[in-house]
Amino acid sequence: MSLKVFDGFKFAKLPTPIHMMDPRAKFIMTIGIFSAALLFSNIYALIVIFLVQLPIVYAARTWKKWAGSMRAGVFLAVLIFVMNFVFGSTFVFSAAMTLRFVSLMSAFSIFFMTTSPDDLGLALEQARVPYTLSFTFTTAVRLVPTMALDAQTVIDAQRSRGLELDRGNLMKRIRNYIPILIPLIVSAIRRSIELAEALESRGFGASPNRQPLIVLRMKTTDYLVVALTFLMIGFAVYVYLRVPLPTPDIAITMPKIFPWL
Amino acid sequence: MIQTEELKYAYPSSADVLRGINLTINDGEFVAIMGENGAGKTTLVKTFNGLLLPTAGTVKVDGVNTRESSVAKLSKDVGLVFQNPDHQLFSETVKEELAFSLRNFGYREDTIERRVATILETLDLTRYAESSPFVLSGGERKRVALAAVLVWNPKHIILDEPTIGQDYQQKDRLRNFIVQLNAQGKTVIIITHDVEFVAECKPRIVLLSRGLVVGDGPAEAILSDDQLLDRSSLTRPQIGALMYQLADLGLPEGVIDVYSAERAILQTVRRRK
Amino acid sequence: MRVVQADHLTFTYSGAPKPSIQEISFDISPGEFVVLTGPSGCGKTTICRCLNGLIPNFYSGEFTGELIVDGMNVKDHTTAEMATHVGLVFQNPENQLFSLSIERDVAFGPENLGLSREETRKRVDWALEVTGITDLKDKPPYELSGGQQQRAAIAAVLAMQPKVIILDEPTSFLDPKSALEILGVISDLNRRLGITIILVEHRLDLVSKHANRVIVMDDGKIVLDGTPRNVYGEQARLIGIGLPRVTTLFNLLQKEGLQFSRVPTTVDEAAHELRKMLAR
Repeated sequence: MSLKVFDGFKFAKLPTPIHMMDPRAKFIMTIGIFSAALLFSNIYALIVIFLVQLPIVYAARTWKKWAGSMRAGVFLAVLIFVMNFVFGSTFVFSAAMTLRFVSLMSAFSIFFMTTSPDDLGLALEQARVPYTLSFTFTTAVRLVPTMALDAQTVIDAQRSRGLELDRGNLMKRIRNYIPILIPLIVSAIRRSIELAEALESRGFGASPNRQPLIVLRMKTTDYLVVALTFLMIGFAVYVYLRVPLPTPDIAITMPKIFPWL
Repeated sequence: MIQTEELKYAYPSSADVLRGINLTINDGEFVAIMGENGAGKTTLVKTFNGLLLPTAGTVKVDGVNTRESSVAKLSKDVGLVFQNPDHQLFSETVKEELAFSLRNFGYREDTIERRVATILETLDLTRYAESSPFVLSGGERKRVALAAVLVWNPKHIILDEPTIGQDYQQKDRLRNFIVQLNAQGKTVIIITHDVEFVAECKPRIVLLSRGLVVGDGPAEAILSDDQLLDRSSLTRPQIGALMYQLADLGLPEGVIDVYSAERAILQTVRRRK
Repeated sequence: MRVVQADHLTFTYSGAPKPSIQEISFDISPGEFVVLTGPSGCGKTTICRCLNGLIPNFYSGEFTGELIVDGMNVKDHTTAEMATHVGLVFQNPENQLFSLSIERDVAFGPENLGLSREETRKRVDWALEVTGITDLKDKPPYELSGGQQQRAAIAAVLAMQPKVIILDEPTSFLDPKSALEILGVISDLNRRLGITIILVEHRLDLVSKHANRVIVMDDGKIVLDGTPRNVYGEQARLIGIGLPRVTTLFNLLQKEGLQFSRVPTTVDEAAHELRKMLAR
């Protein structure tokens, strides 16, 4: 079982322009890519939307981790392709849907890899989201790498007691995960209680008027990114409504082996 | 026998944690692996049962190269007790918890019944046989985790930080139990930074620092070497520190436990009379 | 004016068959350095939770008796209100530090109190300086050693400016050298800043030289209360607490007929006594 999928969403502090971007601007950029990906079903457009992210990954210097998360998403991507194709869509359309999924995953992976949970929390706070809500969200994000480490330890401990995770039929393999899940859940609960005690002991919730020590301020570059994103969305909508996009001239569909399809 | 040759290990996309370890632990030895946080102690013992395979060099357990075996097979002879019992407890009852590994190893049900009953008795846990492991106290859960590994009677036993969070009596009982296990012929390896604990049972100490072995010898020698101790974030045990301060009074070197100190002082006093 | 006043304090956790602490009564004066010790399960952690208000606010159960800390009756105040009077540092630094920079973690408490940015800034800088980790303020907790993490946890509590700080086995996860260092920091808070310290610890050899008072608990009750020297006797040994090895050594030597003017609790005292005796 590979826990590498978590690497693709784990924040690491690097001095790149993407990391330094205000999280609100970054979020708008991510939503921009998200919307564009959902808007188009045309394969060429989706290819462009995917390619647009590559220079961002490059600027953020997170190739390896991003590639890791892409690899981890292969299973779901294949599933999406198969489900579309088997149920009657053309090869090209199925590929387009797969690419849409990959773009969405990639966009969020980039966002989480370059944004610290603390800054996320600040962004939410400054956007007037209730503090308890934003804190819950950022704590969840922060705990992902910790839980991943816990999971690895649990797997190690149970393997050391003779548990073999790669043997047996499907039912057996699923049952073999019970000795992994239960300690993980229990650890998570214990950790949460300890964290709650520490929070209470430091006055969590004492006053409704929090004035965070560190404040996010949008810089000129951030405003530029936001402006650029809106322009791109505008452009995308224009293309969608007015520009007829070509489709490749290959109509491959699933042969009608199953009469009910 | 556990033997490593130029053992190197690096976590994926990371620098070497173990940078060339040459270590031989003979059957029936009692060894304490000590060193500062991040020195590589836990990483090292995980190579003994195949959880981690060397990125360079070899690890051989009783002649078998760990690369040519599996964790399940190696674990039959090398039992590793993890630091936090909550990372392994999951069953409805303590009995079921102990039976888990035996079922994995393919023992027959009647053998399982017998072995579980024996280990419950040995570790004074019989009254908890039908209890849920989750309602037990911290110290009791640690005993259950230990029982869960001892139940299949491995030849070599490794304990990762067994003394953390234990009170004085629990540590005393643990120490006696370890000495007993060792007397039964088992190889016992403990990872610890508890110098007081180690001073009273005097194992061979293997001192790790930044992925290399920087000291390997009897406890009396290692725990009297200020340079080594400082490098590994350790201190002299209290008795050792006392004897060191009084070295000029003719008291012997390398005394680190209470009883030896008592004898040495009484001898010196009687000599002076 | 006593800073802690406990009067017949008894607490039973919800669903527990018997009380965790019974008829606990003691007083602590400002500026004391108290070590609280006893076998596992004796109720030390329960007392800690009562002192900062986690009991009865966070942990429900039957609470009888009175407990007043820095003038605040714990029954009448929320944990958040108690937080500016008494701070609690837990065993495992991992679950107390959750920000991605130490500075933000230390600011968390003052921010919760709704203090102005300037006041928070002042308190954070002060707390970091007192605990000696100003140069670590931008680092994430996972890049710090165990000892540094505990210093950060102490700084985070210090920023609330409590009169009393309780530490529940803070050296548990630390190596011997870091343990000594953190005890130095704690002792400094006590001597220089006058903060009352209540330290729960098993390792009496480490803390004896700092403590002016040791309270021993067993099975939910206080059984011994006095200076380290007065407490480290036969009764303590029978209860099963870990007396400093030098104390045990001298008790054994005394049984063999050797005479000392007093039984030591620290290495320096022991060396001094032995020199005196061997010079005779």
